[in-house]
Amino acid sequence: MDELINKRINEVLKGDQSAFEEIVTLFQHRLYHVCFRMLSNRQEAEDIAQEAFVRAYMNIHTFDQKRKFSTWLFRIATNLCIDRIRKKKPDYYLDANVPGTEGLTMYSQIAADGELPEDVVERMETQERVQYEIGRLPDKYRSVIILRYLEELPLKEISDILELPLGTVKTRIHRGRGALRKQMGNL
Amino acid sequence: MNTCPEHIVHYMHAYLDGDINRDEERQLNEHLDKCSACSEIMAGLSETVAFMELAKPVQAPEGFVEGVMQRLPKEKSQVGIRRWLRSHPLLAAAAMFLILMSASVFSSYGNDQQFSVSKQPNLIVEGETVIVPEGEVVRGDVIVKNGKLRVEGEVDGNIIVINGSKYMASTAVVTGTSEEIDRAFDWLWYKIKNTVKDVIPSSLKKEQPVEE
Repeated sequence: MDELINKRINEVLKGDQSAFEEIVTLFQHRLYHVCFRMLSNRQEAEDIAQEAFVRAYMNIHTFDQKRKFSTWLFRIATNLCIDRIRKKKPDYYLDANVPGTEGLTMYSQIAADGELPEDVVERMETQERVQYEIGRLPDKYRSVIILRYLEELPLKEISDILELPLGTVKTRIHRGRGALRKQMGNL
Repeated sequence: MNTCPEHIVHYMHAYLDGDINRDEERQLNEHLDKCSACSEIMAGLSETVAFMELAKPVQAPEGFVEGVMQRLPKEKSQVGIRRWLRSHPLLAAAAMFLILMSASVFSSYGNDQQFSVSKQPNLIVEGETVIVPEGEVVRGDVIVKNGKLRVEGEVDGNIIVINGSKYMASTAVVTGTSEEIDRAFDWLWYKIKNTVKDVIPSSLKKEQPVEE
């Protein structure tokens, strides 16, 4: 597998664009899956996953062929996803007072429409529910939980993808699991 | 739960990550057996993990690959030709062969406009007309290039007329086949057949051209 990919990469390096098509075909589902889980939106996931492939193509000469290509590709994609999530966020502070109110903060506003009533959540299908719970996680926990439990990657690879020390990845997974347990409460 | 040592929660996560040693696991189990609060947390965490693992992989939508390829910057056309040659090696080789073959064959077709005839002692040559005389038996194939052939006698073999015409008298007898080759295409076909016959040893006698 790695040998085949490196062969295709060398062809791309020589200027053969069509060799890249095979690479895209091989990784499209995994990359799209990660993006979809991160962004919870099909349109955005497609856009970001495609953008990740385009960036990979443009920067293919910087890829070190002794390393794993999927790790490099996932890194590009997760970085793009995190950027997109940050851009989507409103640039006001959550604990700022809502103008014209007293003692009402943005937190309560978010809680009012960001979280669904319990009975709605309970009626969700499993797949919908998983996505909903992942979407509620803070982004730093979201990426590690997705890579760990949905992509089923080893901790070492997650640390390579996110360029974080192994210890930090472990801590984030622990906290992410803890947060999931709390937000899901009664399963 | 506040009274529980902090490392127990740590062990729970280590257990879930699969990097716990035997001693730690034993301590964890002992604690969970006597602490209902902690065993509840442990159960919750395990359920959470199990739930996450229910998530099914999501497939990229159709046309995803094409979308990526369209977004890539255009490549240089020179590469395109090289790749075409590489991806169709047989076609490229065949095309090359045809070009070279037709060049050599057609050039020899052009040069080959002289009158010639296969050499048999009893053939009569009059100008550019070759006659198989009445009552005579010509053995072997009769090949006439750029000339006329009149058959009045008997030919014990094939008759081939290239770029010429053939007249058969009522007394004519031909034991083999008789063919006329006029157009370049027929001629090419004949040439290919002959090349094959030359390559594969056969009893076919080679024609011997005679200068007029």
